[in-house]
Amino acid sequence: MLIRQISKELFKDYRFLFAFIVLCFLIILALLSAFSPYDPSFWFYVPRDLPPSWTNILGTSSKGQDIFWQATFAIRNSLIISVIAGVVSRIIAILVGLIAGYRGRTVDRVLMFLSDGFLVIPLFLIIVMLAMLIRDKMNIVTTGLLLAIFGWAWDARVIRSQILSLREREFTQTAILSGTGTVKLVLKEYLPYITPLAFSTLINNMSWAIGMEITLSIVGLTNMDIPTLGTMLKWSLNYQSLLLGRWNWLLTPVILSILLFIALYWLSISISEYLDPRTRVQRVGGE
Amino acid sequence: MFVKKYLIPRLLQYFLVIFLGITIVFFIPRMAPTNPVQRTISELKSRGTYLDPAYVEQMIEDLTELYGLSGSWFEQYKDFWQRLFTGDFGISFFQFPTPVIELIKTALPWTVGLLLCTTVLSWVIGNVIGGMAGYAHNKRWSKNLDVIIMVIRPIPYYIFALGLLILFGYVVRIFPIAGGATIGKTPSFTLHYILDVLKHAFLPALSMVVLGVASWFQTTKLIVQNVNAEDFVQYAQLGGIKERKIMFKYVIRNAMLPQITNLALSLGQILSGALITEIVFSYPGVGNLLFSAITTGDYNLIMGITALSIMAITTMVLIVDLIYPLFDPRIKYK
Repeated sequence: MLIRQISKELFKDYRFLFAFIVLCFLIILALLSAFSPYDPSFWFYVPRDLPPSWTNILGTSSKGQDIFWQATFAIRNSLIISVIAGVVSRIIAILVGLIAGYRGRTVDRVLMFLSDGFLVIPLFLIIVMLAMLIRDKMNIVTTGLLLAIFGWAWDARVIRSQILSLREREFTQTAILSGTGTVKLVLKEYLPYITPLAFSTLINNMSWAIGMEITLSIVGLTNMDIPTLGTMLKWSLNYQSLLLGRWNWLLTPVILSILLFIALYWLSISISEYLDPRTRVQRVGGE
Repeated sequence: MFVKKYLIPRLLQYFLVIFLGITIVFFIPRMAPTNPVQRTISELKSRGTYLDPAYVEQMIEDLTELYGLSGSWFEQYKDFWQRLFTGDFGISFFQFPTPVIELIKTALPWTVGLLLCTTVLSWVIGNVIGGMAGYAHNKRWSKNLDVIIMVIRPIPYYIFALGLLILFGYVVRIFPIAGGATIGKTPSFTLHYILDVLKHAFLPALSMVVLGVASWFQTTKLIVQNVNAEDFVQYAQLGGIKERKIMFKYVIRNAMLPQITNLALSLGQILSGALITEIVFSYPGVGNLLFSAITTGDYNLIMGITALSIMAITTMVLIVDLIYPLFDPRIKYK
């Protein structure tokens, strides 16, 4: 019942509706990769540089690959990378935020100093240095983990401030006085408050990870044999599709990623607006 | 009191961040499974150069010295800091005997120019437009603008810059597609040359300004909507003060203050964005240098760029933090 009510309210927001439809479309594309007639790592499977036609919906690339099926793999892998990066960095962010917010004092200061440092330093350069280090071992999992190490700082702060305010509330005192252990208190009482927050930051972080993966691929630091949105774009630029005007190859990853970014962003703002009690009052009052 | 309560802890934090950042920069390449000296030599060999074994021995010694890899880690680390203060980042590998600092020096003015103009422009434009849209958030134009911004905002620097490049460099050929000035022109202070530079800088700058404005717009709009609900604004409205004056002097001025702090916090991201944009437009700045350094595996150069960026950005953040009371008279460090 609750889910039905929430979704009913969310679908009233045109941004949520759009994001939902686009994401469904992209996820279906990603799932289609399982039925691909071609292996994505093989070159010259099909004739090169064909324009779009019925047999090859989006044409073929200069590598002799079918662009449509290649794109399904690219979306799938980019999504996997972003989910790994997002989920792992969320775990770090929740842990850091919980510990810093609940323990306070020195632990808090040290952890917040760390996250401050992360916010200020141009992370892109550090990520580039690390990616160069493990260049030979870059695959979907390592790329995701690499991005996860750097994606938690901001959200840890958000979660920490939430915990700080929860700690001052009466129910914390009640729980402690009635003998609830710290672990139980945090898991049972605090986590439910943190989960929606973590979820809406998760989406933003996934979007960041996909963008970062594209950038890393463009500078040539990911495994070029694994099709992702980034490597697909890089290959098409490498084959001068910009100069030669092979728009079907170049624009496929560009448009797919723009759709993905907008959908993720709209999803996140519509959800966080839904979660924000102030705008919720406005909405209910408007009805 | 200001010095003791605020300045000293803040300075302490500043030096700690730099210290940690530089330490990370020092240790990352040393964790590498491959020795950069061996890699250099094997790359020379793979190019087909014949190397005499005795000569190779000598070269290994020289390169170890050059890359600052001789001695224990602690000695290297001490040495690294010493060289850092003299601006010595070692020798670049991809343009072999040139010191890293020379390469960065030639590239730096392009990046600083681009970064400074676009950051200031997008901050001011984004705040003013965002403030106006937030003040008139029930008007039609404000809502339409909001939708446009929501489409632009999530697109990352690389994709957006590439889109502009395709649009204005290939489809409608108005702007040059690469470089900082027309090749062969000698730099001079003539109107002709300056116009040429501006024309080349236009697309990179545009892509950064548009994305920057989009992000500042949204935060300002949110802040302004909150300021709008405050009592003093309603009081001013009831007192019959002109709308324009309320908007700029009462609302936007108050909303811009937190944005100064946000500017300081996002400088690192903006720099990363500038580097990426330069790569797209082959702009002759630090970003493009970084790109060549990555493709040739030039670790010294990457370390130099990263170390300098960390120092520059943390210093900028410190300056913004310290001059903040100038903008906000309410803050007195008691």
